[in-house]
Amino acid sequence: MKHLSEYRDADLVRGVLGEIKRTVTCPWVIMEICGGQTHAIMRYGLDQLLPQDLELVHGPGCPVCVTSLELIDKALAIASQPGVIFTSYGDMLRVPSSGNDLFSIRASGGDVRVVYTPLDAVKLAYQNPEKQVVFFAIGFETTAPANCMSVLQAKTMGLENYSVLVSHVRVPPAMKAILSSPHNRVQGFLAAGHVCAVMGYWEYPPIVEQYKVPVVVTGFEPLDILQGILLTLRQLEQGRAEAENAYSRVVTFEGNRKAQAIIDQVFTDCDRKWRGIGIIPASGWCMRDEYAKFDAEKRFPVSHINSEESTICIAGQILQGLKKPIECPAFSGRCTPENPLGATMVSSEGACAAYYQYSRR
Amino acid sequence: MTQEFPSIQGLVCPVPLPHQDQILLGHGSGGKMSHDLINRMFIPPFDNPSLRAGDDAGVVQILLEETTGKTATGRLAISTDSHVVWPLFFPGGDIGRLAICGTVNDVAMMGAQPRFLSAGFVIEEGFRVDALSMIVASMQAAVQEAGVEIVAGDTKVVQKGKADGLYITTTGVGIIPSNIEIGGARAQPGDVVILSGSIGDHGIAVLAARGDLGFETEVQSDVAPLNYLVQSMLQCSQRIHVLRDPTRGGLATSLNEIARQSKVGIIIDGVRVPVKPAVASACELLGFDPLYIANEGKLIAILPEEDADNVLDVMRQTRYGEGAVVIGEVKDVPEGRVLMKTAIGSTRVVDIPSGEILPRIC
Repeated sequence: MKHLSEYRDADLVRGVLGEIKRTVTCPWVIMEICGGQTHAIMRYGLDQLLPQDLELVHGPGCPVCVTSLELIDKALAIASQPGVIFTSYGDMLRVPSSGNDLFSIRASGGDVRVVYTPLDAVKLAYQNPEKQVVFFAIGFETTAPANCMSVLQAKTMGLENYSVLVSHVRVPPAMKAILSSPHNRVQGFLAAGHVCAVMGYWEYPPIVEQYKVPVVVTGFEPLDILQGILLTLRQLEQGRAEAENAYSRVVTFEGNRKAQAIIDQVFTDCDRKWRGIGIIPASGWCMRDEYAKFDAEKRFPVSHINSEESTICIAGQILQGLKKPIECPAFSGRCTPENPLGATMVSSEGACAAYYQYSRR
Repeated sequence: MTQEFPSIQGLVCPVPLPHQDQILLGHGSGGKMSHDLINRMFIPPFDNPSLRAGDDAGVVQILLEETTGKTATGRLAISTDSHVVWPLFFPGGDIGRLAICGTVNDVAMMGAQPRFLSAGFVIEEGFRVDALSMIVASMQAAVQEAGVEIVAGDTKVVQKGKADGLYITTTGVGIIPSNIEIGGARAQPGDVVILSGSIGDHGIAVLAARGDLGFETEVQSDVAPLNYLVQSMLQCSQRIHVLRDPTRGGLATSLNEIARQSKVGIIIDGVRVPVKPAVASACELLGFDPLYIANEGKLIAILPEEDADNVLDVMRQTRYGEGAVVIGEVKDVPEGRVLMKTAIGSTRVVDIPSGEILPRIC
């Protein structure tokens, strides 16, 4: 726990909070992109400690929440097939599709397994040559290198029974979509530290330039988050807009070049539909043609599926920072984690789940 | 590829999945899904005051007719628990020790001295007799340690593939002394909350034994019989209001149950809740909160503040209570809720988990 407790130190936290209070002179709206940051903010009650003038809105940075209904329906269709071992990160099992979820598929006899890394899925494919092993590759840039590595490893091992259902989304196009919206209220961004650990932050200066908003690369511990907020506020108060790094112990400008090269080898840019938002141009990654045989969408005939959403939940507005979970009429009444109406309540990283768990009074 | 950014109006999200048609693993998690199932399925047809109390064991009045013709009443605490842990052997224990301790502790949490147990075995065809014999030896040791007797049993064997090795169900009976009144609905504003030691050991030890952690850890399960600890506490104070062992769902779930049963608010101090460094590290890496991880040898005691120091002294002199600390207090409000003061001076809600505790993904 060394090098972690320091970033939760009460005295240091109070120090930065004091600095934030001295810095703020008028109301500001800052968006934290990443669901992990939303969770830390609620878990440590940081929102209670910040000045009233500062409004934090929660970004679309939970991959479980933004994975499109169509892709989840495809996942469920594949997972229901006999002879398939369907592997996924745990959070994805609860997300409802047009009327089902992976929990139900598993309870009905589907072989659905939770893995911590796609390399475990590759191992399953090696151990079960008679089965088709599919990995549900959801996530932002953070999880992409490992998912690409699993494809490269499966290729090296000559595995014919491993494929990946790719659902990757990217942060910078989502930021542009938010900033381009006529309803946008966001004046500054806390960029997602772990995404930047992989990608660096060279993609942000053009966004800063075009939209004149501060973007500060921010970590996940209380002190990291407050430091990110402080740097963003200083820029806002001084009328500056720059791409800054408040997470330099992990993130460099260039990022992890090796990881980026691996992503580039296996994935290529594509339009991607985000749940609750719609299609954002060039906001996703999908499998390059050279690796088509590892693409689960090509291996399994799942293109005919019809998907249908209900219209009760405001998760989309929450994902874009237009509304807060407590503004939803269904929040904590009809909509709870065990009875979720929307993806933001389903995932433990979803904004509504974080509100429900930590701040319902 | 498209060029236009999407309109951000008219956003929609999915319909709920209440999971009322099919049993999921989450219904066995001890969290909200379990509570919902019990309240919907089991309480209505069998409703009675003991069951409705929702404590670790049911308390019943019995009438004893003595040979002299005089009658006397007494109270029994009865509890039953099925054990399906996998793997059967884990660091610090095994299914046999767990099956004894789990039921002994549930009976002890009503202030009763557990006396008699029954044990039912469901064994899968093909199960190794040497493994069974090790498990039985472990049960024997636990029975001796707890000072209880197994007075009835049952053995069933099912076809290969129809069970996962071995399941054990135990039922325990104990007698509640006449001067003791303990129950989840008895917490009162002004009481303090004592925890007998560090949390999360059992859950992390079992996860590690499964190979699910992806790394090695020295964490051992805390599985232990707590009846002698409870006895020494009751000798020190007859005013203990609530005792509970925070098993499935962890400390957070047990405290929430008590807050709801007693219609009080419970405020705990996050800094004071003991968590071993290895457990804290494992939780950090996997995205778990130790408050939700299972324990099998810890208890929560809620009692008037005046008695707390004496009870703590007594607890700390026992093998299974040496890490006892005060972690919080009982208040009028917020009714039915648990709050936690964080290290950095804020307060947050500690809720019951809904279903299975899932690892976070990034």
